[in-house]
Amino acid sequence: MSKEIRLKKGLNINLLGEADKVYASVKPSERYVVKPTDFHGLTPKLAVKVGEKVKAGSTLFFNKYNDKVNFCSPVSGEVIDIVRGAKRKILELVLKPDAVIEYEKFATASAKSISREQIIDSMLKAGIWPFVRQKPYDIIANPTDMPKAIFISAFNSAPLTIDNDFALYGMDELFQKGLDYIVKLTNGKTHLNIDGNTNPSTVFTGAKGVEITKISGAHPAGNVGVQIHHINPINKGDIVWYLQPQDVIAIARLFTEGKYDVSRIVALSGSQVKKPKYYRTIAGAKIANLLLDNINEGDNRIISGDILTGKHIDVNGTLGFYDTTITVIEEGREQEFLGWILPGLHKFSSSKTFLSWLTPSKKYSLNANMHGEERAYVMTGEYEKVLPMDIFPAHLIKACMIEDIELMENLGIYEVSPEDFALCEFVCTSKIEVQTIIRNALELVRKENS
Amino acid sequence: MKLVKNILESVKPLFIKGGKLEKMYPAYDAFETFLFVPDHTTKSGSHIRDAVDLKRTMAFVVLSLIPCIIFGMWNIGDQYYSAISAETNFLNNLIFGFWKFLPLLVVSYAVGLSVEFAFAISRGHSVNEGYLVTGMLIPLIMPVDVPLWMLAVSVVFAVVIGKEVFGGTGMNILNPALTARAFLFFAYPSYMSGDKVWVHGAGTDGYSGETILGALASNTSSWDNLKWSFNDALIGYIPGSVGETSFIAIIIGALILIFSGVGSWRIILSTFLGGYLTALLFNLWGVNFLMSTPAHIHLLIGGFAFGAVFMSTDPVSGSQTNKGKIIYGLLIGFFAIVIRVFNPAYPEGMMLAILLMNVFAPLIDHYIVDASIKKRLQRIN
Repeated sequence: MSKEIRLKKGLNINLLGEADKVYASVKPSERYVVKPTDFHGLTPKLAVKVGEKVKAGSTLFFNKYNDKVNFCSPVSGEVIDIVRGAKRKILELVLKPDAVIEYEKFATASAKSISREQIIDSMLKAGIWPFVRQKPYDIIANPTDMPKAIFISAFNSAPLTIDNDFALYGMDELFQKGLDYIVKLTNGKTHLNIDGNTNPSTVFTGAKGVEITKISGAHPAGNVGVQIHHINPINKGDIVWYLQPQDVIAIARLFTEGKYDVSRIVALSGSQVKKPKYYRTIAGAKIANLLLDNINEGDNRIISGDILTGKHIDVNGTLGFYDTTITVIEEGREQEFLGWILPGLHKFSSSKTFLSWLTPSKKYSLNANMHGEERAYVMTGEYEKVLPMDIFPAHLIKACMIEDIELMENLGIYEVSPEDFALCEFVCTSKIEVQTIIRNALELVRKENS
Repeated sequence: MKLVKNILESVKPLFIKGGKLEKMYPAYDAFETFLFVPDHTTKSGSHIRDAVDLKRTMAFVVLSLIPCIIFGMWNIGDQYYSAISAETNFLNNLIFGFWKFLPLLVVSYAVGLSVEFAFAISRGHSVNEGYLVTGMLIPLIMPVDVPLWMLAVSVVFAVVIGKEVFGGTGMNILNPALTARAFLFFAYPSYMSGDKVWVHGAGTDGYSGETILGALASNTSSWDNLKWSFNDALIGYIPGSVGETSFIAIIIGALILIFSGVGSWRIILSTFLGGYLTALLFNLWGVNFLMSTPAHIHLLIGGFAFGAVFMSTDPVSGSQTNKGKIIYGLLIGFFAIVIRVFNPAYPEGMMLAILLMNVFAPLIDHYIVDASIKKRLQRIN
């Protein structure tokens, strides 16, 4: 019998535009882009030049300070451009794919016959390693560390995100194979946390060799950081690794098929999508084809990732390395006459200051409008209602603002990630940029500790 | 609406960078954002945001004050006509009260907002919404006959010393509205106590406009022998500051605050509980008439209820942690009654109790947060 954790705090935002559980077909992308900026704190060093031919799995660049960590091409083809920004920072490597993908050959091995070091070596070489991330800091795991535990959250609780039960349907065997390698990476436990609000797929409930915990409650129950906090909290100096379910599949493919296959399933959702559905694509693919004739006219905001934490991209943008959802909403750049005084039947608010509390199950199509201007902190107790962690969020944010590292440590900075504070930012009456504050604070602490 | 927008657009060039009135931009911005929720969209972090903002929150506090305002105006009239022993009716009372209350309100907002705008312009930040509430609260906690110039001086004092010297809305230590009242109370005590100021027209024909607390504090009569009944205090047919007399109107406001999530139920409930328990305790002692007044009556009379609901719940000057809010509320209730029964010179203990606890709120939070820090450190060992 698996353990069960019920979270009482949190907030579910009912949004229109959830992806229907059917696959739509789409023309393959004409361009693929690998962005070193998808990886926090990475300084890339190039391994290819413009015009070079690569295969899927060929190294494009590596970590300058840890040259074993490779980042590989998702497809075979030609490097046609390397886009640089200010101070020659590498922003994008643009690839023109071949009609048929050719893969680099990597060695296969069964989980029983291979040691921890060999697993890590193979993953590093094949460019799969960056899927393994660590908390604190949300950076790529350091292969020389020994994590005290590994966590996989089998579900997303953020609005309009991919349903892993659907995306991994029928992949029971492959998922289990991936887990068999992952459990060897730690001398502690590997936790697989499943959704306690629904009946999760057998892909997850049938997983072996891992500790399964049912987590129920509103968003952010699906956030791996919140789960870690309740199962095995991070103290100063602790390291926990985490992966997403589709990353496990990529690892399984490496060891069973010997190739770097980062094809993945994404959900295209949001109120501006005409027919929100699921798609099979590849990490780094330009998303233009997915959106072609499929989004409503108007000033749209396209997000790679979920609506609370994703990156703002444009129509020619690409799917981020870790992202499994593309969300399209309205920009909402309009003024509203006396909007703060109107009854507000159609406005979503976690407070009951709008008449929309009369219709609690109504679904909304929210846009990217701020609904107000930034102010000093006035209201209290708002963050506590949506953060199911034993942490004083407002005090932690203030410690981050004044960059008091000791105070941040005392208040639990190592246990949090920007995504855990996304709802705090959403509900904030004073419109404070909470996620940015947490991200900057984590970077500050990381630099201080390194 | 189009017209308003066009006017705003046409004068905007004067105020933006390079315009003639560039420095006055915060004033323009305040008007523009008052009329139109701005078209800003999210730049980082969460792409969607809750519809609530500080303007909405503050508007809700004002909404929750409306029952007190209407009853207060009616009561000004009612008290006046009974002081001069004249026949009256509902509308008469309301109209009379309206013309008495309006000047207080106008002075409070005009003076307070002028100071706020001046500070915003000189510091180049946008005008905060805090004064929407403070400006409404100040006339409600004043005696009806307070001279307008005194009101103006106290408002300036409250906004400058109570708020702006600390950095403006969100940074103040003391509740600004109570700072205004405390200033008047100590600077001009004869206008803030006694039997003349609470009822317009009191003093003529020997009518005493004493408040219940004033009567009890003079220790000449017990609650049972006063001319007011439990119902009078509950509904509010009693002399007092404009908004504080009706317990029922205040409780309607409290329900709005609690339901909407704008006011903290923890603070409101714990303040009433703290006051009630303390008054019960003094009932046992009962050496003066204030001590022997029934505990539930203590919650109805004076500014106790109004303070508990609208003053102690100020999120900026109050305690910020959930546990802290309960301690903070209990102590406000406790001190309010203690000051009442021990110090006949200041029968209105609520004002001083809240101001005192405003000062101690950060200390309460410090210990609550410290306990959590210790718990986290213990986990390592």
